[in-house]
Amino acid sequence: MSDKQPAAQQVDPALAADINAPTPPQDVPSQLVETQKPSLFARIAGGNIGLSIGAALAAFIVGGLLIAVTDPATQTASKYFFARPLDTLAAGWSAAYDSYVALLQGSIFNPNGRNFTQQIRPLTETLTVATPLIFAGLAVALSFRAGLFNIGAQGQIILGAIISGWVALNAGLPVIVMVPLILLGGIVGGAIWGGIIGVLKARTGAHEVILSIMMNYIAANLLVYLLKTPLLQREGSSNPISEKLGENALFPLLLGPQFRLHAGFLAALLAVAFVWWLLNRSTVGFRLRAVGANPNAARTAGISVASGYIVVMALSGALAGLAGAAQVAGTEKVLSTGIAASLGFDAITVALLGRSKPVGTFFAALLYGAFRAGGVSMQVSTGTDIDIVLVLQALIVLFIAAPPLVRAIFRLPDPTGAPRTKKKKSASKAVEAAA
Amino acid sequence: MAFSRKHIASTGSLLGISALLLAGCGAAPEESSSASGESTDYLGCIVSDFGGFQDKSFNQNSYAGVKHAKTEFGINMKEAQSTAETDYAPNLNEMVQAGCNLTVTVGFGLADTTKEIAEANPDLHFTIVDDNSIELDNVRPIVFDTAQAAFQAGYVAAAQSKTGKVATYGGMEFPTVTIFMDGFAQGVEYYNEQKNADVEVLGWNSDSQSGTFTGDFEDATKGKTNTQNFLDQGADVIMPVAGPVGSGTLEAVKEYNASNPDSPASVVWVDADGFETNADYQDIILTSVMKKMDDAITETIKADMDGNFTSEAYIGTLENDGVGLAPFHNFDSEVTDETKAELNQIKEDIISGTIKVETAGSPTA
Repeated sequence: MSDKQPAAQQVDPALAADINAPTPPQDVPSQLVETQKPSLFARIAGGNIGLSIGAALAAFIVGGLLIAVTDPATQTASKYFFARPLDTLAAGWSAAYDSYVALLQGSIFNPNGRNFTQQIRPLTETLTVATPLIFAGLAVALSFRAGLFNIGAQGQIILGAIISGWVALNAGLPVIVMVPLILLGGIVGGAIWGGIIGVLKARTGAHEVILSIMMNYIAANLLVYLLKTPLLQREGSSNPISEKLGENALFPLLLGPQFRLHAGFLAALLAVAFVWWLLNRSTVGFRLRAVGANPNAARTAGISVASGYIVVMALSGALAGLAGAAQVAGTEKVLSTGIAASLGFDAITVALLGRSKPVGTFFAALLYGAFRAGGVSMQVSTGTDIDIVLVLQALIVLFIAAPPLVRAIFRLPDPTGAPRTKKKKSASKAVEAAA
Repeated sequence: MAFSRKHIASTGSLLGISALLLAGCGAAPEESSSASGESTDYLGCIVSDFGGFQDKSFNQNSYAGVKHAKTEFGINMKEAQSTAETDYAPNLNEMVQAGCNLTVTVGFGLADTTKEIAEANPDLHFTIVDDNSIELDNVRPIVFDTAQAAFQAGYVAAAQSKTGKVATYGGMEFPTVTIFMDGFAQGVEYYNEQKNADVEVLGWNSDSQSGTFTGDFEDATKGKTNTQNFLDQGADVIMPVAGPVGSGTLEAVKEYNASNPDSPASVVWVDADGFETNADYQDIILTSVMKKMDDAITETIKADMDGNFTSEAYIGTLENDGVGLAPFHNFDSEVTDETKAELNQIKEDIISGTIKVETAGSPTA
């Protein structure tokens, strides 16, 4: 993807010299920067925050129109549009407005709740739903930063869920031992599954997208198979579902039994901090970013690209595996065929929306969690189809994947447009992108 | 150029606008003052499994049951579709928040969640379709001994087959799926015993409990491929047990019949009467194995409204008409009176217990 960057290649001596000092070099010749244009990948994966907000906003507007158009009351009113045009507009407006209000009430705060517990419940739901997305989003973001498209988070989540689920069902230890053990199970499962992709890519040069998609299939069917063997299947049941997890194997609930929010969320916060440290403060992270920015340059600088791929895929898989552990022992409390839902694919959106930065991914996961949690009350209280919520999410990705579109709509400046006045700033920015 | 791009565009937009004008020309309705008909505070709710309400299968059928109660008894209704198993708990919680009197949950996948939430809300009623594992005072399981009707379908399929080969396949290997296939295979076997025939079943082996599955309930192209394989192997009656995947079978059989008008194949539909739900394929649907979830649900809601909720399981059988064989419709003239009489006899024998249809997935009271 980034092999066609002759300009960036010239940066490598600086990179090489700086390999042990993660701060990027300050004075790069400016004519270098002018010829440099970040790859499409870099532009999609590393857009600025205005772009993310703009994309979300544009998606909300288009989504609102969609809600209005698909609303039966609006459709009825539109049949006599010319007799009473305001009816159509009012019906459309109220459909969109009600839906978004329900979305907020279902994801943050519900003033109509019977008591405070019920009122605050939506926020805890958002955090609960966001937990696996934070892990998986970090997994994808990390691989993005190393220049790899890890589409395999889905499979890595499933493997993490299988191993942590097996540990949870079979090790009858007290909860204080179980929780780390289950998390470790998730890490091991995901790291193995991701590591296989890394090894295959490093050794054979096979493309990681194809590898990871195929590994997803294997994982999904492996789970179905295992759930029908005595190893995992519930005793006395012929359905593909495991025994319910015992009390000792469940993540402690953070806010008491009324809420589903569990300790996995705290682990997710730690993971955000860890990935931030890894990428920004550690030597390993610096090497990974160098590989991601330009593998040829990294190789010239003495970094082993092959081992970089293996390490990043194993790390990425480990993070995704943690999402599986959080699903099994935190949210679902049972291992079933749909344990990973579409988390692995949502994670790609989350990572893109979060601009592949740890903190950005965290907030993107929260937004996504809010969508999921709010989507429920949106369809129950206003009858808006759940598909509309999914369309909203898809629209966000669409707008992010087409940055010029959002820039044109919101008149955002183009960072690659070589602005005359900000030469110095764009210079450091370009280096940032390379590093 | 006579037709510049601009020209075409303006013609197009003109057409569009006139369409809008025409569409918007209806008369405004009078402001209606009050809602008509009987109304009640009763709130009936339904949560789908990950298949969604448009699955042409048990979710859709169950949804029809609640919808029917809405039009019939004027109840209020709330619905939540799940797109994944992770949606079950939030969806069901939302129904509790909404204060639903009775919530229908569709599919064994929702069993754990239903149980948990029913335990926490003993004052609310629940009913779960296709699962019989919950024993609580406020949960009514609704299950079906579909094998009984599938047995009849297997018999008639064997009788109608010219090639001596019939086939079935499933979406995923769930007990609620294999029960159809088991019944079907046993019906064929029974036909062979009675008529000293040798009709072969492709796609399912009752003894080894193994067969052909597409792996999901979504991808109709897999259903089409499977069906083409069966047709190539000489099968001429095919029963897909895979929800919307079955539409691939309809397509494949229709194409096959177009190129082989002398030896047409036919389809046995499941869950609903396929003749009514697949208008384009009425000529190839021999019959359907009906699983009347809608009736069972409407009845459960009615009972609950009248204060007669019971947690006793509803088991749909041939006897209580919870399962059954659909009419032959277009095939009515092709099925002999002899076969029809035999089917009636089979029904009586199954009800009386003379014929025992026993499968791994059969519900037990």
